[in-house]
Amino acid sequence: MAAAPIIEMRGVSKWYGDFQALKSVDLTVNLGQKVVVCGPSGSGKSTMIRCLNRLEAHEEGVITVDGMVLDGDTRHIAAIRAEVGMVFQQFNLFPHLTVLRNLTLGPMRARGMSAADAEERAHHYLARVRIPEQADKYPGQLSGGQQQRVAIARSLCMNPKIMLFDEPTSALDPEMISEVLDVMVELAGEGMTMVVVTHEMGFARRVADTVIFMDAGEVVEAAPPDAFFAAPKSDRTRTFLDKILSH
Amino acid sequence: MTRSRNHFLIVGLALVLAGCSGNWGWYVISPETASGRTNLRFLLLGFELTILLSLLAMVAASLAGLVIALLGLYGNRTGRVVNRVYVEFFRAIPVLVMILWVHYGLPVVVGISLPPFWSGVIALALAESPFIAEVFRAGIQSVDRGQGEAADSLGLTWRDKMRYVIVPQAIRRVLPALGNQFVYMLKMSALVSIIGAQELTRRANELVVAEYRPLEIYTFLILEYLVLVMIASAGVRWLENRMGGADGRPVLARRQGWFARRAAARQKGEP
Repeated sequence: MAAAPIIEMRGVSKWYGDFQALKSVDLTVNLGQKVVVCGPSGSGKSTMIRCLNRLEAHEEGVITVDGMVLDGDTRHIAAIRAEVGMVFQQFNLFPHLTVLRNLTLGPMRARGMSAADAEERAHHYLARVRIPEQADKYPGQLSGGQQQRVAIARSLCMNPKIMLFDEPTSALDPEMISEVLDVMVELAGEGMTMVVVTHEMGFARRVADTVIFMDAGEVVEAAPPDAFFAAPKSDRTRTFLDKILSH
Repeated sequence: MTRSRNHFLIVGLALVLAGCSGNWGWYVISPETASGRTNLRFLLLGFELTILLSLLAMVAASLAGLVIALLGLYGNRTGRVVNRVYVEFFRAIPVLVMILWVHYGLPVVVGISLPPFWSGVIALALAESPFIAEVFRAGIQSVDRGQGEAADSLGLTWRDKMRYVIVPQAIRRVLPALGNQFVYMLKMSALVSIIGAQELTRRANELVVAEYRPLEIYTFLILEYLVLVMIASAGVRWLENRMGGADGRPVLARRQGWFARRAAARQKGEP
């Protein structure tokens, strides 16, 4: 595995009014690495990953993604967003567009790809997420699991170097979770760099290189999954793991 | 079904009785006499300008309203101030005053005198645009935040995000409100008669002066507007059906209209 860091966060802090959502967070992700982030709600894990493509602006510290510093410069933001795909908890598919249009919009407008090329690519990724036959439907006609797989395909159509997942299975019915996780495991197997906020600890065990536990805006623990689950160093991590692994 | 038929009977009877009572003189626009036909034709030709006035003003007001709404929502400080001042200022001017000012005041300022029709289009568009701006603002704000975030995360520019993601969804949501505003516009266009554009109301006024039959001519004028507004409402409903519901997805099952319900009732053997 290449050891070049593709994401670096140094002392990143962020406030919402008086509330400090991120407290001097450090994070390094190497090319091809899979990082799973977990923690109680309100711990800042979503805020952190949303800072990586500047859906949220950090106020202190330095974030470097793919060699570019994320500051107020809009050209940097556009360049980084084109390289970083994001999958949301609520899918956020465009409901007024067909599945195919959802997938071709980014490549055509942000990458200047021709309609024919973009459609070819869209069909390719729809097949990869195993719903090739739904191209002409509208998102509202699909199940939650199918919608989330379309959302993953939509991000992949941009040929990103990094994929961010913000609780991708939290809005899904239990029987649909595995179909989305399967696609993500497959993606991980192909060497995609991934940062995944999730409570699916089975997924973390299977694919993560590093598991990060966040609480109250801080990174409390970062370790390979074996060490993380077998011998957590922090009491806070242990308490959290007891709660989510007990059932 | 019988109840609505009773309504028709009562209205029809009232009209027939009124027409026969001697107080009405429908001869003035009777299609059976040559002069009646000339008068009728004169009145009906007003549809052209009323429709053109309303449509052009509505299109112009919608474009201006969209720009003003976007300035208010996404502009810098100056943009937001422009939005507020524009909306408050033009919302405060009575439509009639706006028409008079544009037609008689504006030429003094810019040195070009506009024909009544174009003065009317400009004045109606200016008067309507702040209301449409507010409609669009509400519509754009109602689109889920995640939609904009998804567009951002794909690397779309702000313009593309608006054009392909946000505005299309907003327009679908505000279509009923825009339809409402269009009906207002059709009715407001009557005010342009004051500066002499030969639309429905102007023609009715001119014929009343010539024929001294205000009751019949103005009643006919009411019916003319009624027909226009009904057609406009049906058009808006058709658009809504075609473009889809609030979630933006096309409505697959067509909403049943009056004729469809009648046909279904007849098939079931009801009267």
